[in-house]
Order: sequence, then C-alpha cells, then structure tokens
Amino acid sequence: MLKELKILFRHGKQYITDLEGVELTPLFRGRPEIATTITASEAKELEALCPTNAISVVPFSINLGKCVFCKECHFYTPEKIRFTNDHKIATNDLNRLIVKAGDRDAIELDASLVRKEITSYFGKALKLRQVSAAGDNSAEMELNAAGNVNFDVGRYGMEFVASPRHADGLVITGPISENMAEPLEICYNATPSPKILILAGTDAISGGIFADSKAVNRGFLSKYHVDLYVPGNPPHPLTFINGILSLTGRLKKK
Amino acid sequence: MVEVENGSSLDIGEIPIVSYNQFYAEVDRLMENTSVHCVSYYAVPSDDNFTFYCCLADDEEHKLYVLGHEQKKENVTLPSLTSKHYAFHCFEREIHENFGINFSDHPWLKPIRYPANRYNQHNVIENYPFYSIDSDELHEVGVGPIHAGVIEPGHFRFICNGEKVLHLEIMLGYQHRGVEELMLTKHTTLRRSILVESIAGDTAIGHSLAFAMNMESLAGIDVPDRLQLERIIALELERIAIHIGDTGALCMDIAYQLGQVACEALRTIVINTTQLWCGNRFGKGFIRPAGSGYPLTSEVARQVLENMETVEQRYKQLTNRIYTLPSVLARFEEIGILTPKQAHLTGIVGPAAKASSHKRDIRFSHPFQYYRHLEFLPVVMETGDVLSRAMMRRYEVEQSIELVKLLLKKRQSMISEEVPKPNYSLQLKPNTFSISLVEGWRGEICHSAITDENGNIVHYKVKDPSLHSWMGLALAVRNQEISDFPICNKSFNLSYCGHDL
Ligand code: SF4
Repeated sequence: MLKELKILFRHGKQYITDLEGVELTPLFRGRPEIATTITASEAKELEALCPTNAISVVPFSINLGKCVFCKECHFYTPEKIRFTNDHKIATNDLNRLIVKAGDRDAIELDASLVRKEITSYFGKALKLRQVSAAGDNSAEMELNAAGNVNFDVGRYGMEFVASPRHADGLVITGPISENMAEPLEICYNATPSPKILILAGTDAISGGIFADSKAVNRGFLSKYHVDLYVPGNPPHPLTFINGILSLTGRLKKK
Repeated sequence: MVEVENGSSLDIGEIPIVSYNQFYAEVDRLMENTSVHCVSYYAVPSDDNFTFYCCLADDEEHKLYVLGHEQKKENVTLPSLTSKHYAFHCFEREIHENFGINFSDHPWLKPIRYPANRYNQHNVIENYPFYSIDSDELHEVGVGPIHAGVIEPGHFRFICNGEKVLHLEIMLGYQHRGVEELMLTKHTTLRRSILVESIAGDTAIGHSLAFAMNMESLAGIDVPDRLQLERIIALELERIAIHIGDTGALCMDIAYQLGQVACEALRTIVINTTQLWCGNRFGKGFIRPAGSGYPLTSEVARQVLENMETVEQRYKQLTNRIYTLPSVLARFEEIGILTPKQAHLTGIVGPAAKASSHKRDIRFSHPFQYYRHLEFLPVVMETGDVLSRAMMRRYEVEQSIELVKLLLKKRQSMISEEVPKPNYSLQLKPNTFSISLVEGWRGEICHSAITDENGNIVHYKVKDPSLHSWMGLALAVRNQEISDFPICNKSFNLSYCGHDL
C-alpha cells in the first residue's frame, strides 16, 4: 500500500481540472485561418495540392470535414494559411465546417438544429456505443483517451458502454468499409430511440483519404440524421469532449 | 536468389524468375534454417501472367533475399509451401483470395480479408467457412465483429469445452479499405503519404517511414544523417507510448487500477511530446519523403529529453511494483504460452516473437536509417507467456528511452546539418523494385514497390506485422480459460486495419 501511495505521489495530479480552458501546444493543427489575399492562381494550386479535396476555389475555403490536417497548404503559402491551436471545431452543421478566407470566428454548434430530446434526456448523463467502421485506430485511441485519468469525461456522466442496448447513441469512426456496413446498421438498430449519432474524425465525416475507395460503403449515412461532426485526424479528445458538451447543453456560459 | 539491402532498390530484371519447382526447392532450403522467415510473398498480375515475388530474411546472417517465379494466367494450381512451412499460410491465402490461384495441398486455404477486388465475388464475409467440431460436449462462442470496447472490429470464434478453449479462429476483413489499390490510384506522393499514415493509425510513424524509405531509394537519394536520426527518435517515441499504453491495458484487464491509470498518464506525456514536436499526438505529418516539415529544434529536443527522464523514473518505479505483485503475476504467468517452436512455425514477428526466444528485430538484423550507426541488440525473453510479453514491453521501453537519450546526444553534433523540406515530386527510377523494412512497435513492417518504364508506381505491397502474428494469438489461447482471452489478446495487441489494409 505504501508503495502504491509513493507511486501516486510521484505521478502527482494528472487530472485536468478545467477541460474547457485548456490551450493546446502552439503547433497543434486546429481551426485554420485564411488570408483574404489568396490569389486565384494560388487557390488553383492549393486545390490541386490538397490530398483530400478539402479546398474549394470560389470562394476560397477549407472544409474541415474533408481536411486531414496535413498542413501542406500552410507550408505552400505560409503567410496566407495558418492553423491555429483552437481545437474546438466540432459542430452539428456541415456548413459550419467550411472555413472561408477571412473567417476568424470560433466554430460552434447551431443551437436551432439540436433536437429537443437531446438536452432533456442526455443533459446529465450520456452513454455511448462506439463503432469503428474501418477506423485506423488513432481515432479509437483518442476516444478511449477521453475517458482516461487526464481528461476523465466520466466527470460529466459520460462513458462508452459495451452494449448498444445500454447506449444513448453511437459514435462512428472510420470511413465505413463495405465489410462493416451491415454490422454498423445492426448496431444502430439495436440502440434504443431517441439516439444520437456522432461522426468522429475526418474519415467518418467524409471518408477522408478513403472517400473514393471501392471498399467503402457510406450508404448508412444517407439514411440517418447526424447530430455531431467531430473533425480531426484523429480528433483530439478535447475536440470530442467539447463537442459533446455543446451538444448536450453543458458548456459553461461565457 | 538475389540479395538486397534493406531500404534499397534494384532493376526489376535482376530478380531471378525461375520455374516453380526451382523456386519451391530454393525457398524450402532456406526456410530449413530457423533464423530465416518469409517477409513478404505476393503475386503481381500483368496481361497474361502472374509474377510472384518472395522475400526472405535471415535474422542472424543479416541477409535479405528476393526470388520470383512466373505463371500463365489460366487456372493456376501450385503445390503449396504452407504444407511444409506453415508461416506461408497467410501469403498463399492472400494470393488465392486475390487472384484465384490454387494451392493444391494448402491445409487452410480460407479467405483472409474479403478485399473489394477479390477473385471470387460470391465469397462474402457473412458466410466465412468456420472450422467446427461436431460434438455434444463442446460449444462455440462467437465474439465480434463489434467488441465490448472502443476498439477495431474483427470476429473471434471459440470452440470450448466448458471454460477451456480448444480452438480459436480469428476472422478478419471488416477493416478493409483498399489501401493497396488506392496507393496506385492516388497519383501524388502527398496523397500516398497521407494514405500510408492511415494503414494503421497507431503506427503512423512506422508505416510512413517504410514508405519514405521506398520513395527515397526509388529516387536514388539519401537523406542527411540528422533527419535519419530524428526519424528514429520519432519511431522510438511511438514504441514507448504504445508499450506503456499496453502495460496499462494489461493492468486494466486484471483490475489493477493503479497500474492502469499511471500508465495512461505516462502515455499521455509521451504522445504529447510527439504533439509538441509536430502538432499531432500520433506523429501524423512528421515523416515525409526526402525531408520533413518539422526538424527537431533545440528547444523541443530539450523537452523530449526532460520528458524521457520523467517517464523513465516513473515507469521504472511503477513496473517494479507491478511485476512483484503476486496478484499480477498469478494472472500473467504461464498464461497464453506461445512456444518458441510455434512462434517459428507461424513466422511470428515483433515483441511476440522476441518474447518466445526469437532474436527477430529489424533494428538488429537489417538496420535502417540511423540504426546503421548504432550497436543495437534486441531484448529477448524465453517463456512466451503473457508475463514475458508484458515484461518485453517493460524492457523495450527502458531500452528505447536509453536510445532516445543517446540519439539526442548524438544529434548535438549535427545541428548545423540542414533538414531538407519534403519533396513530393521525386523522379523515380524506371523498371525498379524497392523494398524497405521497419521495426515498428508491433514488429516488422515491409513495403515494396515496383515502377514501370516511366518510373510510375505500378505495384505497391504493404505488409503489417499483424499479418503473421494473429495466428500466434490463436495458438496461444488454446487450452486456456476463455476468461483469459482478453489478457492474451492485449499481450499481443495486433492490428485489425493493418491486417485488412
Ligand atoms: S491541411 Fe487540410 S486543407 Fe490543407 S492541404 Fe492538408 S488536407 Fe488540404
């Protein structure tokens, strides 16, 4: 026992007290900011360069639902595109994932799109079932990390559960392979209503680098309503936690 | 056989293409030696033919051999190598599944991952031909594809006698995303660089290093020592982080909570170090062909060193406790044994092989990048049980931390060296074959590429260490209590997506 206490003592406090106030390391690739001075020819070149077609030319914009945060567009035009360390980029509206030249605002949820039952049913506790549908295991590890000793999402009454029967919703990672399409559907149907659906990671939101693969089948997503998009490659645990807190109306009022 | 160097390329015409009989005899002869194993074996289709390439590695002699054979495209049936050398089972199954080539006496010619472009489209994942035993005494337990945790999908089918596992069959393929095909259809080097980082996102550094090495050897360029050194620092950080995480996961499964949470916190320190360096906790974006966008600055190097020292002290103190607790040892000792012989027969790689007395580590046998300048000796353990695989991590973490500290010291004399920017428009040599092996935290990663007469990549083969090692897990749980499956599984920690591609 004494030895255990010594270990605990040496590790010190690992728990992050104020999850909402954390500022990540300067190099973290979060919400981009684009200068309005991007020229038409730069825009064309950047569009061709972007590995996942996240860049559109008119108006010039980066779609965070497609972006894999490789930062190559920044390296190409360092003065005009920069990635801030703002990790709060989850939202429930695909349009809000599109960052246009000149945009500096934080990415937030559209409160009018949040279904009533979400805040009334899941405002105090939320149990989620995670389904990896060809995720590369980085997003899965980050979701696990959300529950670890540092981030401890359990403090909000949130946790991942083993059975969809016990879950209030699903969190999907990965581009959804053909071979996982049916198990995913079965799992979704086994989850009692009302249920929420969250896509975690760029692969899940748009297919990412796998979007045009023959081995991917994204039909599931055309059938069901998505409540939250959490971009990232993989999404940082804090991006996920922040998204969930906003969705369930738990963010402290500023 | 032609001898090649790790991370090198050669004119495709230099690879001897012999008759199948000759090929078989030659492979058979080399495989008699227990230090030799198959690194990769695959078929490349052309209009009328299949050309097969086989690469064998000798761990002790530090040699890498490539040999090939060719078959006309119609109705190919070949005597299987698997019937003599089981370790070939996964390669021949893959060739069979992709192209319909038959191996006449293969004992286990089953689908391996149900790829989108498989030869027989009537084979679907829903009706995988499970092995079964007709008996009133036995029952089957099916687990997955979706598991009771936040992990990747795969199906485990146990045949049990009471609580005891007689047989486990592992059926994968749910994670298949068509990586190898996308490697060809994505035409830019940047796109391919992103793709390889997702072969297994928990091994982003390992796989992208194997890719970068291939691109560099195909382009005929060498990167400066400083970059080679910084790359392997990143690779060691990846290993340290995952091994510590695995230690925690093993503690979790036996309900030793202190071990779990302390390891979680330590892993956080390590991956945050990687994030501090390149902005991503998994090192995505760091390894690129011909250069890097994130040269290690002196400031970050100091932080890496400081964090390594913190982690070293804490992990040592913690593991001293974990591995002296009778309640931990009782759960790990003599559980899930993979004997040295089984490890050899199945061609296991990585920590699982080293825990079953095989000195199999690419950093030692076929050193790459800056390991070429180091005297590296792998950790090897004897017993092959869960405890030895757990201890393997403990010693490898300690060894890797020492390595990182040494590399940081060596780096000081190189800081004047410029780290070049990545190059996405490398001109690749025409009609060339290249191969690169990297010892990732799971073991040996192998990538090999072939270019056409214009220097375009026309074939790209990826082998994740898990391809070999899943069979090791299946054997290790035989005659164990089914309740010990989770710790056996964690002690291997294999990749689903790396296997399924
Ligand atoms: S950071 Fe995003 S937008 Fe920029 S090039 Fe990479 S994927 Fe495209």
